[in-house]
Amino acid sequence: MKQLSIFLEDKSGTIFRVLNLLKGGGIQIIASTVADTMDNAIYRIICDNPDKAYLILSDAGMTVNLTEVNVIELDDEPGRAAEALAPLTEKGVNIAYLYSFLLNGKGVLVYKVR
Amino acid sequence: MSYSNYFNPELETMPREQLRELQLERLQKTVRQCVKAPFYEQKFKEMGISPEDIKSLDDLQKLPFTTKDDLREFYPWGLTAVPLKECVRLHSSSGTTGNPTVVTHTQKDLDEWANAVARCLWMVGCRPEDVFQNSAGYGMFTAGLGFQYGAERVGMLTVPAAAGNTLRQIKFIKDFGTTVVHAIPSYASRIYEVMREQGIDPRKDTRLRVLCIGAEPHSEEQRQRIEENFGVKAYNSYGISEMMGPGVAFECPEQNGNHIWEDYFIVEIIDPVTLQPSKPGEFGELVITTINREAMPLLRYRTRDLTRLLPGECPCGRTHARIDRLRGRSDDMIILKGVNIFPIQIEKILMNFKELSTDYLITLETIEPQGDFMTVEVEVKEFNDDYQQIQGLTREITRQLKDEILITPKVKLVPKGTLAVSDEKKAVRVKDLRKLF
Repeated sequence: MKQLSIFLEDKSGTIFRVLNLLKGGGIQIIASTVADTMDNAIYRIICDNPDKAYLILSDAGMTVNLTEVNVIELDDEPGRAAEALAPLTEKGVNIAYLYSFLLNGKGVLVYKVR
Repeated sequence: MSYSNYFNPELETMPREQLRELQLERLQKTVRQCVKAPFYEQKFKEMGISPEDIKSLDDLQKLPFTTKDDLREFYPWGLTAVPLKECVRLHSSSGTTGNPTVVTHTQKDLDEWANAVARCLWMVGCRPEDVFQNSAGYGMFTAGLGFQYGAERVGMLTVPAAAGNTLRQIKFIKDFGTTVVHAIPSYASRIYEVMREQGIDPRKDTRLRVLCIGAEPHSEEQRQRIEENFGVKAYNSYGISEMMGPGVAFECPEQNGNHIWEDYFIVEIIDPVTLQPSKPGEFGELVITTINREAMPLLRYRTRDLTRLLPGECPCGRTHARIDRLRGRSDDMIILKGVNIFPIQIEKILMNFKELSTDYLITLETIEPQGDFMTVEVEVKEFNDDYQQIQGLTREITRQLKDEILITPKVKLVPKGTLAVSDEKKAVRVKDLRKLF
């Protein structure tokens, strides 16, 4: 799955600007998360048309990356995420970031490894 | 036909000891001459000194500095030390901030100027067989007439094309078989771009073999790009309009610093704050005393250009000192916690990281209780969704900056476009928000 990853200044209005640009392009956001790093922010977005969204944001001069992320689809039941990650942990995989959301009644686990 | 490597072998390779004797003799003559100008007459009176006080080169320290402001204040004739009827030309700066500066010349001054430029051109391989096209502005801009007379002195066929009309420049280069072009670096790049648009390959379609570039600060990288584009060597010319213009210092074929002609000038490098001599090899402000000039001798002229003297002898055989590529202007200097820092030192480090763009901003502020503090913000060109990369890069930049400027700045990587300024204005690189006491 492709994810947008946007490097933002840590100040008011930067996230709003991204959202407005995507709105203008008719992009539907499925999930998003902001990581508040030391001096800046990283805004990660899963959307319905990542290629188009990438063009919109990069044309607007934003520092954006289109990243291939790992995805695991889960049944919407307790404990499925733990089961899904168990084999990775056994192999000693180190996860850089992870987030999840519900889509069409299924759980979706998005992660990237170091 | 074979020529000497030197335009004036005796002067260019003169043993240092002998050169110093010549300098003292010429300095004493200069000091006697300069007090005929109202500015120095007044200065010497104020300081209680007389030309006879100069008994050795070390006595140079007793002489007053001269600044651009002095030239403006004594506009137009206050530094001219001969009757105006003995002057045959003047050059003048634009004077965008107040009075312009005026530099006067006698016929002998012009002859010596032509000799200096000829010496420079000969040094980079120009010979009477060459066709020399001067694509610099004529008129008041000294690089026009300065190179014109120097190139004629070498005996080259000169094409005084002046700047502009790039298509015609290229036609001249092709039709006249131009072998040497002088231009400011940005215009040299422009000529190349238009050549490419016209489908002309300078390597195949022209006889070009030497480029002289100067009058505009440029980096080593910019020079190399010009050399690669044209497929010829490009040599750095250093001129100062208050000295005369081009011909002050020029690169030799070693391309390692510019030889400054010490039979024309006495060179000092000073700390621009304390005005004391810099330690050997250290960067400071270039200060020049003219010792081969009649109409307008200048004592210890503060050029505001920051450079250093390069140590050691030059393999080219010339004994005259070499100045390093300019590091900026002393007006740009930052003093933080008693340390002198030049923005160019910071820029040089940042340019080593290919992940960074060329836009950066240095902010100085007072943060209690630590005191004054420097933040360096720089734009990242590419981001690959890896925060560790950003952190690692920040750490490495901080480490290298600390090694260079001896102060640990806060380094902040910011997204593209954050620091960008409008195109027509020069980018603001330093913001000083410190509380002044």
